[in-house]
Amino acid sequence: MAGILVVGEVSGEALNPVTGELLSAASKLGDAPISVALMGDSLAGASEAALDHGVAKVLAIEHAALKNAGAGGYDAAVIALTALVKQEAPDVVLFARTDLGYNVAPRVAFRLQVPVAQDCVDLKTDGGNLVVTRPVFGGNAMADYVFGEKRPAIAIIRPKVFQARPPAGARTGETVRPGIDIASDQIRATLVETVKEARHGVRLETAEVVVSGGRGLGGAEPFKLLEELAGLLNGAVGASRAACDAGWVDHSKQIGLTGKSIGPKVYIAVGISGASQHMAGCSGARAIVAINKDPAANIFKEARFGVVGDWQKVVPAFLAAVRELGRA
Amino acid sequence: MALRIAVCVKQVPDPDAPASTFKVDEAAKRVVAPPGTPPVVNGFDLHATEAALRIKDAHGGAAEISVVSIGPAFTMDVIKKPLSMGSDMLVLVEDPVLAELQAFATVRVLAAALKKAGAFDLILCGRQASDWDNAHVPLGLAEALQVPCVTLARRVEVVAAGARVRVERSLSDGYQVVEASLPAVVSVSNELGEPRYPTLRGIMAATRKQPIKMALAELGITPADLAPALRLERLYVPERQRAVELIKGEDEADSGRKLAVRLREAKLI
Ligand SMILES: Cc1cc2nc3c(=O)[nH]c(=O)nc-3n(C[C@H](O)[C@H](O)[C@H](O)COP(=O)(O)OP(=O)(O)OC[C@H]3O[C@@H](n4cnc5c(N)ncnc54)[C@H](O)[C@@H]3O)c2cc1C
Ligand SMILES: Nc1ncnc2c1ncn2[C@@H]1O[C@H](COP(=O)(O)O)[C@@H](O)[C@H]1O
Repeated sequence: MAGILVVGEVSGEALNPVTGELLSAASKLGDAPISVALMGDSLAGASEAALDHGVAKVLAIEHAALKNAGAGGYDAAVIALTALVKQEAPDVVLFARTDLGYNVAPRVAFRLQVPVAQDCVDLKTDGGNLVVTRPVFGGNAMADYVFGEKRPAIAIIRPKVFQARPPAGARTGETVRPGIDIASDQIRATLVETVKEARHGVRLETAEVVVSGGRGLGGAEPFKLLEELAGLLNGAVGASRAACDAGWVDHSKQIGLTGKSIGPKVYIAVGISGASQHMAGCSGARAIVAINKDPAANIFKEARFGVVGDWQKVVPAFLAAVRELGRA
Repeated sequence: MALRIAVCVKQVPDPDAPASTFKVDEAAKRVVAPPGTPPVVNGFDLHATEAALRIKDAHGGAAEISVVSIGPAFTMDVIKKPLSMGSDMLVLVEDPVLAELQAFATVRVLAAALKKAGAFDLILCGRQASDWDNAHVPLGLAEALQVPCVTLARRVEVVAAGARVRVERSLSDGYQVVEASLPAVVSVSNELGEPRYPTLRGIMAATRKQPIKMALAELGITPADLAPALRLERLYVPERQRAVELIKGEDEADSGRKLAVRLREAKLI
């Protein structure tokens, strides 16, 4: 392998931890030199943090149009990375399946007419070619794909699958600022505004305990009980898509293939059948606990602990016992 | 002048078919359609259809919606669903060689069909197809057509007297408002809200409508255009049967209590 280009991510001015996950993924591909590309309007801090990972080179593309990597339409990021990949000619380019990777990687691949694989959960090289594994059909099946001769091979890695690599300590590389032109008439879509939801309580993405509800809850009201339980366990509330689509909880709570990917210590699923598309978001949990009245529900195939029963009877008693244990 | 909207839809195996019916033919590297479960229109593509219909409603009906699909073999009752919801036309490119196409090839054929079908102001797609879960086609289509692309829409409006599209796109912790000039490609997500049900009148009208069929040859597509970019080496069903420890008390409430005790024992809570 001649070289691997990792497309790092920046939050504010800091290096986003998903970059460490990509570096772990990259190190599975042998000893090829790893460069990290960063995009933003102010990259000094993030570049330093990336160098701490012991990478060969940080390619910092600073440009006003790359504020938040050009979020919204992402045209600036597509232009910048297409130019960078042409300059650097890496063998492999790794993105994370974040909003950035999801929007930018396929477009760069189409501009360069090189293959791209989405949502990869494993990767390796075989005879110099990249091989990736990705869930397909909602996670009901897995597919191994081999990239051919065309370079680079572009892979988009599912977050929370690889453990973020800690900074190596030894710095060997340096930051390079490639001169890349982003013509304003090439920017096609404009961001008008970003509206972030007010957050209260524990963050779903990093919670140790997640209590999740599905269609089996039957309405918005029962989610209050789950909130109470999550509060007692210092956790957060999640939901299945069915519960979000029904309007019982906000879509930002959706766990799954097209929602959030989480990896808590315990995932308590109440009234959730365990469709593969849902499990795609919580299979990183250390233990899944299922409360479902249907003993044949798929969730029991993936759970470590389970109660077959009606949540209306099980959950209030569970909650009371948790409260008791808390006092003990 | 009426807005011209295209909605790209794909016919896929029903993702809600029971998990036990999901089978893979490992030798052929194909998913075997569950017997007795008909295919469906990809769910997010119905959300895209709904987005188109809402724009048409907002413009007092002054919009024409063309549904475009390419595939190896269509089930007519299925692929006509967007028509019965209220779309105006159906354009089909049907050929056995269009089975299991990868994104480059799909985009090549779809872009050619869209160009031939007319000058569209807005092209709507679903966020991803529920078979191969790629989410590549809308982005690739925008590149092929050299127009703006906005993904994961939860609301789509045509503004500025038909010159621009205004999209609210979902983020993991909120949303963004993005604008682009038309023509543009927008991919639509389920946050948009439930697609409307076909009305009886809609179903009757759809039955009478004949799809416009386009052949690959008329679109100038050669076999080389359809070659896969990635080689599918292996397709298999992951092993995931785990031994679950079922907690059983004297009654359901007692099971709940015992569950808490067991989870504490296991140091999970
Ligand atoms: C492309 C695609 C992407 C998708 N992405 C996601 C995603 O990201 N996240 C997601 O969650 N889904 C996703 N889905 C949808 C997914 O396939 C399922 O439809 C969904 O997860 C079902 O939600 P559910 O388990 O809440 O509902 P159901 O499947 O209806 O299950 C409800 C469960 O509640 C149980 N129940 C009912 N009453 C009670 C009671 N009183 N007490 C105890 N249990 C009870 C029932 O036994 C049943 O098992 C996606 C689908 C597609 C096609
Ligand atoms: N064969 C097809 N015919 C028409 N539209 C398609 C086809 N394949 C994909 N699309 C559109 O592109 C979206 C994303 O598909 P994909 O990139 O395959 O996940 C789908 O939701 C459809 O709107």
